[in-house]
Amino acid sequence: MSHAAAVADKSPSTLKGASLPRWSSWAIAAGALVLAIAIGLAGGLDSKVQWGLIAGILFILATFGIAAKVEGRRQAKDRVATSLVWVAFLLAVVPLVSLLWTTIQRGVKVLDVYFLTHSMGVVADSEAGGGIYHAILGSLEQVGLATAIGAPVGILTAIYLVEYGRGNLAKAVTFFVDVMTGIPSIVAGLFILSLMLMLDMQPFGFAGSLALAILMMPVVVRSTEEMLKLVPNELREASLALGVPKWRTILKVVVPTSIGGIITGVMLAIARIAGETAPVLLLVFGNPFINANPFEGAQASLPLYIYQQYSQSAGSTAAYDRAWAASLTLIAFVMILNMVARGIARWKAPKTGR
Amino acid sequence: MDISTHNPDTDDTPPPIAPPAADAEQKRAARGATRPGDRIFLALSRGSGIFLLVIMAAIAVFLTYRAYLAISEDDANFLTTFEWNTSLVPPKFGIAVLAFGTVVSSIIAMVIAVPIAVAIALFITHYAPRRMSGPVAYVIDLLAAVPSIVYGLWGALVLVPHMDGLFGWLNHYLGWTGVFSWDDGAPRSMLTVGILLAVMILPVITNVSREVFRQVPQMHEEAALALGATRWEVIRMSVLPFGRSGVISASMLGLGRALGETMAVATVLSPDFDIHASLLNPGGGTFAQNIASKFNEATEFGRDALIASGLVLFVITLLVNGAARMIIARRSEYSGANA
Repeated sequence: MSHAAAVADKSPSTLKGASLPRWSSWAIAAGALVLAIAIGLAGGLDSKVQWGLIAGILFILATFGIAAKVEGRRQAKDRVATSLVWVAFLLAVVPLVSLLWTTIQRGVKVLDVYFLTHSMGVVADSEAGGGIYHAILGSLEQVGLATAIGAPVGILTAIYLVEYGRGNLAKAVTFFVDVMTGIPSIVAGLFILSLMLMLDMQPFGFAGSLALAILMMPVVVRSTEEMLKLVPNELREASLALGVPKWRTILKVVVPTSIGGIITGVMLAIARIAGETAPVLLLVFGNPFINANPFEGAQASLPLYIYQQYSQSAGSTAAYDRAWAASLTLIAFVMILNMVARGIARWKAPKTGR
Repeated sequence: MDISTHNPDTDDTPPPIAPPAADAEQKRAARGATRPGDRIFLALSRGSGIFLLVIMAAIAVFLTYRAYLAISEDDANFLTTFEWNTSLVPPKFGIAVLAFGTVVSSIIAMVIAVPIAVAIALFITHYAPRRMSGPVAYVIDLLAAVPSIVYGLWGALVLVPHMDGLFGWLNHYLGWTGVFSWDDGAPRSMLTVGILLAVMILPVITNVSREVFRQVPQMHEEAALALGATRWEVIRMSVLPFGRSGVISASMLGLGRALGETMAVATVLSPDFDIHASLLNPGGGTFAQNIASKFNEATEFGRDALIASGLVLFVITLLVNGAARMIIARRSEYSGANA
């Protein structure tokens, strides 16, 4: 009897304080929504966004008030923090969903086999028709060449840092690799541009590849380094103890153990540079015709194509449709690369020996 | 006298430190560079490392040289002029407007993105139901990979038309401040750019913060819980203090990204060469945007001038990123997680 009485007046002798029932937050949310709609209708606000904002503010205020009354201030603060975190999450989801949805919805309009297999050679920017074949070709060549330069240099640097790196040189390389990760892509483009100005060269595809390779190297170094560090020392020691030279140990034991992660890192780096526009704009220049030679003459590229369809078409719907379709192609390429890379990472995860 | 002049001479002569040959041999063996294969492989990998350093140095040297060519011809003050006329004789151009626009748009992006990104990182690590946090983190990872030109296209064709409502509202209630006054122009302004940049750097800041929050020692959190702390108190007392430097460096990485962003700004902003008090009216410009939009019409001298502005951007991002890395490095030395 006395126990029940104690619970009834919430005296501190019980271990658990009073708490709101589980359904309370849903109830408060529903109440806030109804009230917000009422206020919105009464005040003549026609924007649904404003209704949502009012509902959100009401929800947080009501949660705090009710929780403070029943559970105390500390619990009330906790509840408000929880709802703020959820609100932040939902707030961030809105633009991201909108981005993907718009790209898919507007991209599928003109995206078909014709679009993928024809160039813009005989089509003015404001007309309908044409395609992105030349841009895909240019992108693949530029990114391929960039990878051929950037990936080996990046992987070898990572091997140096992990397997040999002691002393000041290794420290300097580590620091500048970190700093290099943050170089804006347009600055890498300007660097190659300054070389081209000095050698008096016209834009061509390979110049873009060089800038992309600069952007790619630090990314590859970082990810490869992480992967090589995961290889247990016992493997290296076992190999060295058998009298295997260090370079063979690295090539036959260390690298194969972490090859999955290294490939993942390279693919993520490819995904990153495939979407770079700024250096390509400065160095490759864009070209409505098919140019399969990356070493001579201006080329097209997928991200640059999107920019030019947007900016040079003076608002023609046909050009915007092409820009969206090219965006969808680019996003699909990048996302597939990402997913395959992550799949490989999971499939070939290094055995850490634990 | 004679002795005092003689003494320094003897001090200068190096002590006889000719090492025994066997010792040097041993040292080389320890480094594992005795066999030809080893020597070649070491040279290759060390060469790649040095190659990276050379590239960094070359970037600085070449940009500085071309920038010097341009700035030495500049008839106006490079730092304070509100003009970009490289085809005039003599040419007049300056970076005041660009520096202002770059800083303002990045600050807006940071103010919006950092709190939300930290909240999302907390959501993933501490609030989301376990079944949800994995996919959410995965999606945020993928969003970091969306190319900036796609963000730019979305910003220009979707975000800009949707800004009218917000701008009208801000103008109505806060227009008197001057910062939020709006003349009903197209909302291709610094605020729109800032919001778009915030969306773009959100995944970057979230990813790094999430990693830091994951590393908070379980013991700290359990200790706080054992004292009867609520979830919010656990976060305030153990998670945020532990992750503070990580969040700061994550934010600076995001800042570096925002400062150098080119295409998203170039598609959204309608630029001019003036500093406007209002964030809502179109105008202004950023370093990267100015380079992208002026490049096609620029003469060789005009390109040098653009390279000069790019050099300033390079130095700024170098400082920001260097500082961020320094904070991360200091943290990993002292963090309990590495003990």
